[in-house]
Amino acid sequence: MKKVIQIMSCEEAIKSIAPHSRVMVGGFGLRGYPEDLVDALAASGIGDLTIISNDLGSPGIGLGKLLTNNQIKGLEGNYYNWNPEVAAAYNEGKIKVNLLPQGTFAEGIRAAGAGIPAFYTLASVGTELAKGKETRTFGDKEYVLEYALPGDVALLKAEKADELGNLVYCKSARNFNPIMAMAAKYVIVEVGEIVAAGELDPECIVTPHMFVDVLVLKGR
Amino acid sequence: MEMSEEIAKERIAKRIAQEFRLTTNRLFLNLGVGIPTMVADYVNNANVFVQAENGMLGVGPLAKSDEEDWQLINAGRQMVTMTKGCSFFDSSVSFGMIRGGHVDATVLGAFEVDEAGNIANWIIPNGKQLGVGGAMDLVSGANRVIVAIQHQDKKGKSKIKKSCALPITGFHEADLIITEYAVFAYEDGGLVLKEIAPEVTLEDIRMMTEAAYKVSATVKTMNVA
Repeated sequence: MKKVIQIMSCEEAIKSIAPHSRVMVGGFGLRGYPEDLVDALAASGIGDLTIISNDLGSPGIGLGKLLTNNQIKGLEGNYYNWNPEVAAAYNEGKIKVNLLPQGTFAEGIRAAGAGIPAFYTLASVGTELAKGKETRTFGDKEYVLEYALPGDVALLKAEKADELGNLVYCKSARNFNPIMAMAAKYVIVEVGEIVAAGELDPECIVTPHMFVDVLVLKGR
Repeated sequence: MEMSEEIAKERIAKRIAQEFRLTTNRLFLNLGVGIPTMVADYVNNANVFVQAENGMLGVGPLAKSDEEDWQLINAGRQMVTMTKGCSFFDSSVSFGMIRGGHVDATVLGAFEVDEAGNIANWIIPNGKQLGVGGAMDLVSGANRVIVAIQHQDKKGKSKIKKSCALPITGFHEADLIITEYAVFAYEDGGLVLKEIAPEVTLEDIRMMTEAAYKVSATVKTMNVA
């Protein structure tokens, strides 16, 4: 069972994040990430976080702020070339980075939400990213074992919610948000608008409210 | 050989587009950043549907200034347009398409490619970058892998190597290599030279290519129009 959906401010919502948490953040290339929630997390100064996200924004922008503020202990993700401060912090030994192919990263999140502890994939076999990982041959091909990527809290972005917490997204701002909603224990979603239950077309709802705990309205 | 980078890239993109221009079946195509993105401008075939791995099928041309929608981007963070019938989906569906063998072809750029069909395109280990993107999933999952690459680097060294020196993205994955001067196919465990540009000779290609390759018995002149 879950509490009824709570609508709160970003500052209040962020209080559910403890130091050392695994925090999933939706978004791809500064699109579809929860801007207000990320700003509130940066302002809170909560530290030693492991951030699970596709990228880390740009230097000082979006999730990049958390690195500038030294709030990050580790990263699990896919592409940090848009924020060269990540490579620098990694080289200095300030942060740990679990770099994964994008499809492996996506599937790890999906698996975590779907109760699958690990899976095999062809991606990265034989490469530096597969070093030290278990492999297994199926048919005539070798696959690498990858693990589910669960989160303690997810900070997500959706276009619109109804008051139950059902979500719809906007274009390429959807990206990792729907699968992260399933993969974290506590899910906070920043939305542009909250409508009455029944107003969203049931055929168009992408994330059912079962996966959502808290809504925050962007700009409040 | 002297050719400006701009003309070389345009020629490569145009030649790759010819691979898809005549299909009468629906063809699902993923395009990487750089030269591959330019391929879309020359395909001119309504049966070709471009997939972007950030969750979109039906990517249209890059957005003009009056069409820009900041929530509508391709995987290279460029603002794009939608074609009719475009759809959006989450990242796991997107990579299910790729890993599941539903994407017919991917076009990607590379730092190096070699005579074993190995591709190196994800990192130059100089400590300045830390990212992999979708390339490892794409080379292992897409049914056909086309490498768009300038024949030589800025110092005139062949980018088609005997053996890649940079970290590999995928082993034995290249099906077709298209440069501004030549088209190589990977056939029966080795490279075969299929086409050469009109202004070069077979000997010129031999001089500018480090990898070993066979010359096809039916080697043709590359259409560079």
